[in-house]
Amino acid sequence: MATTITMPQLGETVTEGTVAQWLKKPGDAVDKYEPFVEVSTDKVNAEVPSPVTGTIRELLVKEGETVPTGAPIAIIDEVGAAAGTNAAGTSPTEQVAHAASAPTTTAPSTNGNGKHTAPSPAAHAPAPLDMAGLEAALRKASPAVRRLAREHNIDIRALHGSGEHGRVTANDVLTASAMGPAAAVGQAIAVGTNFGATGAPAAMPPAASKPPIPASGTSTYGEPIPGTMIPLNQARRIIAQRMVESKHNAPHAWSMVEVDVTNVWKWRTREKDRFERETGYKLTLMPFFMRAVVESLSVFPLMNAKFTPDGILVEREMNIGIAIGLATNLVVPVVKRADELSIKGLALASGALIDKARKGKLGVDDLAGGTFTVNNNGANGSYASAPIINAGQAGIVTMETVVKKPVVTADDAIAIRQMMNVCLSLDHRVVDGYVASGFLADLKKRLEAMGPTGTL
Amino acid sequence: MAVSTQEQTTTMNNVEAVRHTLYEAMKNDDRTVILGEDVGARGNVFLITKDFIEEFGAQRVIDTPIAEASIVGIAIGMAMEGLRPIAEIQFADFIYPAFNQIVGEAAKTRYRSNGEYTCPMVIRTPYGGGVRGALSHSISIEALFYHVPGLKIVAPAFPADIKGLLNAAIDDPDPVLFLEHKKTYRLIKGEVPTGHYTIPLGKANVVRPGTQLTVVSYGLYVHWALDAANALANEGYDVEVIDLRSIRPMDKTTILTSVEKTRKLLIIHEDNKFGGIGAEISAMVAEEALFSLDAPIRRHCAPDVPAMGYAEPLEHEYMSSPTKMADAMRELVRF
Repeated sequence: MATTITMPQLGETVTEGTVAQWLKKPGDAVDKYEPFVEVSTDKVNAEVPSPVTGTIRELLVKEGETVPTGAPIAIIDEVGAAAGTNAAGTSPTEQVAHAASAPTTTAPSTNGNGKHTAPSPAAHAPAPLDMAGLEAALRKASPAVRRLAREHNIDIRALHGSGEHGRVTANDVLTASAMGPAAAVGQAIAVGTNFGATGAPAAMPPAASKPPIPASGTSTYGEPIPGTMIPLNQARRIIAQRMVESKHNAPHAWSMVEVDVTNVWKWRTREKDRFERETGYKLTLMPFFMRAVVESLSVFPLMNAKFTPDGILVEREMNIGIAIGLATNLVVPVVKRADELSIKGLALASGALIDKARKGKLGVDDLAGGTFTVNNNGANGSYASAPIINAGQAGIVTMETVVKKPVVTADDAIAIRQMMNVCLSLDHRVVDGYVASGFLADLKKRLEAMGPTGTL
Repeated sequence: MAVSTQEQTTTMNNVEAVRHTLYEAMKNDDRTVILGEDVGARGNVFLITKDFIEEFGAQRVIDTPIAEASIVGIAIGMAMEGLRPIAEIQFADFIYPAFNQIVGEAAKTRYRSNGEYTCPMVIRTPYGGGVRGALSHSISIEALFYHVPGLKIVAPAFPADIKGLLNAAIDDPDPVLFLEHKKTYRLIKGEVPTGHYTIPLGKANVVRPGTQLTVVSYGLYVHWALDAANALANEGYDVEVIDLRSIRPMDKTTILTSVEKTRKLLIIHEDNKFGGIGAEISAMVAEEALFSLDAPIRRHCAPDVPAMGYAEPLEHEYMSSPTKMADAMRELVRF
């Protein structure tokens, strides 16, 4: 029988997908789970595995064409399937087809290890192919969810469901309400940390500086043309939404410490050529910084927590988001269980993510599950910045520019040292200054104790 | 839980609680009469009324023929004329011959006589499985009588509740079907206040507070549901368990209050699912708390087969278990 394959939903807020490339053509045999199409969205690219074994009968969408999620994209003649099932209906086969065509947080093409980071004890690794369930769940909100969403003025479709198959639960609505209407934009679309008060990348649009002018033409984010309007794409819309909502709902407090990074800088300088030769990745200060951050987080677990209406959820894992500014948007891929990695491990993991980000190859799983965020804001000389917290986390730290400064040493001599400011924005609902300053002091101590030699 | 003026308690199992309460009732009120098969000379098959006949005499502890229609019919007459009969059906499985007397007569006495007569009687009967009782000693009968207005049905699970509710049933001016789960008879022990007290009919009891799921059950399964809920607590799930105690009248308030809190409802009973007690609770909650529900109401009940088999695997298949219950609970919490 024929199975109709539909456009999967790659991320909770994604509403459409583009067929980037067909990996099979009509007449080709395809095995179950074998990737047969590459789909790209604003956020991720993913190879989509076939839900059935069979032969491609027809490709319904051309390469480069964008269709809404759920729209039919191909028909596969299934081998050995029971006949007489209505492919257009809600037959089990159809559900399987929906389900299997959707790479999820464990999509083999984006992350073959099947690792899943549960957001709460009640959650568990879903079956790898549950996007149809998610779609259905999002459409079929329970009466309680509908009522609460109405009462709290929440858009259910924008929520990240913690229930079975990603279903949006009543608690999800309440959590979102506590954090603001847009808070719930999925972790999977984890954007929105910097472009902060300072350090806006050069590619930031000039549009904001002028009142909206009726556009006589349109320009793009990459090539802004004065006097034109840049249409909001999904990514930009979500970034805007999350920035506003985080800034609005999480009372941001800010603190900064000055860190002597002379020794760790020496260590990094000593290792970087060999490291790049051996691994292909540049060795920046970031993995050293991340290592110190996870060590400090383990001393101050409240900094690795989130505010919920029911209480402060202290996260089980340390999943560190790295803010990466791209020309057109901002992505925050997540190094999972960062506390289990050495400096070298962190360098490789973050290097791989940065690579993927630049190539637009980040998968849903790469962006999900962050519990704390770091931001290297100093590359362009920023001396201090006030970053916006990634909604659902307790804080974000930045590394500012490293500068040589005259410093009074312990024995009252004046020395030239390499100094770096570390800035912290914290959600004051979760922690107070006491914990936050303790965290910063600990971080400073750890960074200053690193190097000038050691094992990566 | 118990309404008691005395603090002092005695440890009893469920069968001792029944015996103790019946004994007190016989001692305190001469109008109390016990009748049924083997309640006299034999002292009941579970020895609940052992030695009663010696103490209270054969006029008040009456051995009857194996004729359930007569047992209930005679008790109705006694009740209408001012006595306080406690009729025993030896096993609930044998109650069918008395169906007309219970449903057609006792339940309708007050209505038919325009309130001139009432029928203050208790029909006690052991029910339920898990004892290799097979077809004639395992059956749950509550749903057969649940439909009938004018009849109250009580199914306590704990010794203290047995005493309080049996006292209330004896005091009640209308017929009460008092169901005793036979597997709990010697399995379940608890503290029972020594003084006289009653627990109002129609009041459920939250035996384990929780926030993520409401489980409603009664009888033996309350204990298993508690085991399951406690096991799930180790997995981080927080399940509320309600012991219905009285299955008619239904305590809507306790159930609805809980469901409004947890937003999820699982009804567990040993009786068949189709048309069972869970169906009524489910309908009630759907009618009155739809906008609190964050998941479908689920029922974890026996399969629709004619009876519980004798063979052990069949009995296990028919009955639930703490493990099966935990699975059902977990699934719904996660939903």
